Amino acid sequence: MPVTRGFFRKRAQGPEGRIPPGQYDTGSGWPVLTAEATPRIDPADWSITVDGLVEEPTTWTWDEAHRLPSATYSGDIHCVTTWTKLDMVFRGISVDDLLAAARPRPEARFVLAHSSTGYTTNLPLEDVTGGKAWVVWEAEGKPLTPEHGGPARLLVPHLYFWKSAKWVSRLELLAEDQQGFWERNGYHDRGDPWREQRYQGDA
Amino acid sequence: MSADRSIDDVVPRETTWTTGTIITKEQPTPDQVRLRLHVDDRQHHDPGQHYVVRLRAPDDYTAQRSYSVASDDDDPLVELLVERFPDGEVSGHLADVAEVGDVLEVRGPIGRWFRWDTRTPAVCLVGGTGVVPAVSMLRTARRLGRRDLLRVAAVGRSPEHLPYAAELARAGALVAYTRHDDGDRARGVATVDELAPLAAAAEVAFVCGSPRFVALATPLLIEAGVDPTTIRVEQFGATG
Repeated sequence: MPVTRGFFRKRAQGPEGRIPPGQYDTGSGWPVLTAEATPRIDPADWSITVDGLVEEPTTWTWDEAHRLPSATYSGDIHCVTTWTKLDMVFRGISVDDLLAAARPRPEARFVLAHSSTGYTTNLPLEDVTGGKAWVVWEAEGKPLTPEHGGPARLLVPHLYFWKSAKWVSRLELLAEDQQGFWERNGYHDRGDPWREQRYQGDA
Repeated sequence: MSADRSIDDVVPRETTWTTGTIITKEQPTPDQVRLRLHVDDRQHHDPGQHYVVRLRAPDDYTAQRSYSVASDDDDPLVELLVERFPDGEVSGHLADVAEVGDVLEVRGPIGRWFRWDTRTPAVCLVGGTGVVPAVSMLRTARRLGRRDLLRVAAVGRSPEHLPYAAELARAGALVAYTRHDDGDRARGVATVDELAPLAAAAEVAFVCGSPRFVALATPLLIEAGVDPTTIRVEQFGATG
């Protein structure tokens, strides 16, 4: 592809190895991007269900989820709209703990994460296991606001952030990959920022 | 094209990077750049979709941003409206450096959800630069003789801050200025009373603008009688 006449890198390069290709450090800002009307969900009405290809379909209420072991993610997040936000701290629970209770069947290979809004996003099961994914209700020490997916959202920070479904309500385990909202919209099925898997058609 | 009632009806389509040559460049205001591009190996687009523009530095550093398409698919060129953000890495380049004849990397059309199928009765409530997809919808509706299917309400601070203000007014859109009295209408955001008749027949609603505008516009439409499940939202921030 051609070099753009007159265009040069002006931004600081960012910490070595922290900014994926085509991304920039957004600094203190945390932009909001959603495709639907922002819902106001009372924690009393929120729950998280793990079902589909599992031995023990399970639902946790807000209080029940808070009794699971607390888990924290400290690190970076990457949005496909090209911002990267460094050194975020999220608190919630590990998806590993939810899956341990629901016990995925051997044929389960993919997850379709559902939000109470109807939003969905698809992920390979291996991308949400082994300490790589959380359900979080706190960001930077404060309750997650509705714009950012509160009362609780999925967090899969090693993939582009649309995979971290806001207002998450259900993790459905599947044998075959089934595309979610942005994936049908033209975005990539896996979304690895380090491989710049932004759109359908990217390797 | 089918009328996609739910995201489950939407079929993804692959796109690849290609090149686009700037054929015309206009700056209607210091903060707006209107680019018309000849796109190589161009794919058809539906009104509401966007393109990605990628700039490449000699050291292979890249920066890319998404811009809604203003043009109709029938237009031989792809028209993008770029808002120049302070310190905007991409918008600053397109405003200050880019010239007619320059070749840019482009990819599109992207977005299979925020697009009008040209057949379903629709209402748009759009603000600021968010008017761009509504302009594409209006141009397409005019070509197809389906202007009666599409109602548009556009909100801007003043005529100078609202891209395509004259075109929108000519097309019969409700144009609401929040900091400008235009004689017919006192300043202020579109009201529920103004929106209700526009939304009455709509089976799909499009909201586009800044997150602040979207937060204001979505409840307004719901109050005006729009079914929340039919609202499709596109928002953008000052990401340059």
